[in-house]
Amino acid sequence: MAQQEKDDASGQQTGRSLTMSRAMVEAIAHEMREDDEVFYMGEDVADYGGIFDSTEGLLDEFGRDRIMDVPISETAYLGAAVGAAQEGMRPIAELMFVDFFGVAMDQIYNQLAKNTYMSGGSVNVPMVLTAAVGGTYNDAAQHSQTLYGTFAHLPGMKVVVPSTAYDAKGLMHNAIRDDDPVVYMFHKRLMGIGWLPAPDGPKTGVPEDDYTIPFGSADIKREGADVTVVTLGLHVHRALEAAADLADDGIDVEVVDLRTLVPLDTDTIRDSVAKTGHLVVVDEDYRSYGVTGEIIASVAEAGLDDLEAVERVALPDVPIPYARPMEDEVVPGTDDIVAAVRAAQGDE
Amino acid sequence: MYENMVTARQYEERLQEEYMAGKQPAFDISAGPIPGELHLAAGHEAAGAGVCQHLRDDDTVTAPHRPHHIAIAKGVDLKRMTAEIFGRESGLSGGKGGHMHLFDPDVNFACSGIIAEGCPPAVGAGLAAKKRNTDSVAVAFLGEGAIDQGAFLESLNLASVQNLPVVFVVEDNDWAISMPKERVTDVENGAQRADGFGLQGARVDADDAVAISDAAREAVGRARDGNGPTLLEVQVHRRMGHFMGDPESYRPDEDKAAAEQRDSIERLEADLRAHGVDDEEIDDLRSRAHDRVEEAIEWAKDQPEPDPDDAYEDVFVNPPSGVTDSEPSTADTGGDD
Ligand SMILES: Cc1ncc(C[n+]2csc(CCOP(=O)(O)OP(=O)(O)O)c2C)c(N)n1
Repeated sequence: MAQQEKDDASGQQTGRSLTMSRAMVEAIAHEMREDDEVFYMGEDVADYGGIFDSTEGLLDEFGRDRIMDVPISETAYLGAAVGAAQEGMRPIAELMFVDFFGVAMDQIYNQLAKNTYMSGGSVNVPMVLTAAVGGTYNDAAQHSQTLYGTFAHLPGMKVVVPSTAYDAKGLMHNAIRDDDPVVYMFHKRLMGIGWLPAPDGPKTGVPEDDYTIPFGSADIKREGADVTVVTLGLHVHRALEAAADLADDGIDVEVVDLRTLVPLDTDTIRDSVAKTGHLVVVDEDYRSYGVTGEIIASVAEAGLDDLEAVERVALPDVPIPYARPMEDEVVPGTDDIVAAVRAAQGDE
Repeated sequence: MYENMVTARQYEERLQEEYMAGKQPAFDISAGPIPGELHLAAGHEAAGAGVCQHLRDDDTVTAPHRPHHIAIAKGVDLKRMTAEIFGRESGLSGGKGGHMHLFDPDVNFACSGIIAEGCPPAVGAGLAAKKRNTDSVAVAFLGEGAIDQGAFLESLNLASVQNLPVVFVVEDNDWAISMPKERVTDVENGAQRADGFGLQGARVDADDAVAISDAAREAVGRARDGNGPTLLEVQVHRRMGHFMGDPESYRPDEDKAAAEQRDSIERLEADLRAHGVDDEEIDDLRSRAHDRVEEAIEWAKDQPEPDPDDAYEDVFVNPPSGVTDSEPSTADTGGDD
């Protein structure tokens, strides 16, 4: 499904490439023009345009009533977004760094995520919670986490993690139109911000018109016959780099980009593993009780027969250290992925 | 007090130089000898120095994301703090914490990068002092942008209702990143929030180290004497961007210029001169600060970087043995970025 939709609306044909942040902003602006009920709330989202350029330029077009700077009070404004969503509005609320979720976790996981269920479906929360994630620039333990697993673990929220501009736009359209709460986690390193250089990959062709990418459709970013690497966010690009390295040695790697964690496209993963027999899961989140374990379990549940070897590459269970040698050690790099693929191939 | 303020200013000027090395021409936050974010406190020095001069080593201080001037005034080991900021092995936290997470238990100093989250631990330190019947006090520093945060408001209430020896010091620099104060609070005088919780509130309107010190003497004295907490808001100024690399395009030029003109260090210097302190003494103080700063920076830069495997230490002081292995199964986990 993912592949087909890409062929239909291939950004490359537009001849126009955007950074991931521009692509997200384009989708938000489009939805705000179409629907007066959509608004954006957060810290430094108006005049600053979002610390990670998530709302760059929106204030000019939509004004302060719809691009709202709020006091540093995550409990109040994220909870207010939940309340407004329950009234039928379509708020987008930004948590500047996902690491700050702790100060407002009740509003997130007891209100945003559970009200639909507890109300027996009579109340719904059509809200998007955006949050910057990720390390790789030495911002230490309180500003570098991805926490993919935390949000995906708690039921009631759809969880989206784009890795390219094309995906970021289509997933954002879908997120705003979805009648359920969606947590949209964007990796700082992919946004294309001046002061935090992005790798080449995330800047892609993006159609000017709106389009949606359905949740639960993983995307095969590179086809290959020997080993399946399942990953998301920044690590899609590291996996592609690893795949290019390994191709020189005749190892043909398939890279599956999950794009959404909830819902999870287990079919694409299983089909790929059925083809390659070798599975490597790469995640920038903590190793235990997280994405890597979940993916491996879902493949194993479908049948162990396909599976010749499994490796996982994730953040070891330590808070993220500040100093460069230590952060480099714990955040998976391209060479860690190369090593894991080789290990899965049995030729370590 | 003057020496502390000058040390803090000179220290951060040197840090700024070091931080910018390797980051140009196009500013790249992840390049250079000091990576990560860096929040400098030029314009805030009077708050750290004015308050901490009334504190002892056994008094606890919690600081926010802009901590250096407070750490210096509290007597945090300058060399090891610098090594920490450079991410070196001999840093206060062995390079694990970094500039927003400086811990020096020798002088009971800690900081956190999450807004207002230093308040509850300060209340806890006050609680411990009360339970143990000591006369030590706890001081939580925070910015005016942090006073809307639940952790702060709940802490005011708890400290008040338990009559704890805690002083909350709000450094009001009028800005919370790009958000000017008037757009995030309808209360001009943040110290008035004390009224709603039944504790003492006081505000010092001028960026004046002597006035801040006087107000802090009273607040700290009240806490030490068992007379309960105080919320003290002091006016300071942000002379720079929120963090290094902040383009400040949201900030009117006049506001920046005004902040630069109101320099509490110059003001204190003028006061000192008016009280008969002569050039020679001032120069002496300045050069002492200069030497201390240079020594700390040079020492820190000479320190080795941590071993990558140090990353696995200190998760627990009493690591569970043989049960969990935090290292992934593939032999080499070394990153390459
Ligand atoms: C809970 C939380 N929300 C948001 C942030 C991001 N943030 C860091 S500093 C800051 C502004 C703080 O302003 P203020 O308290 O006035 O201190 P100043 O930076 O002006 O010294 C913000 C929003 C954070 N660190 N923690």
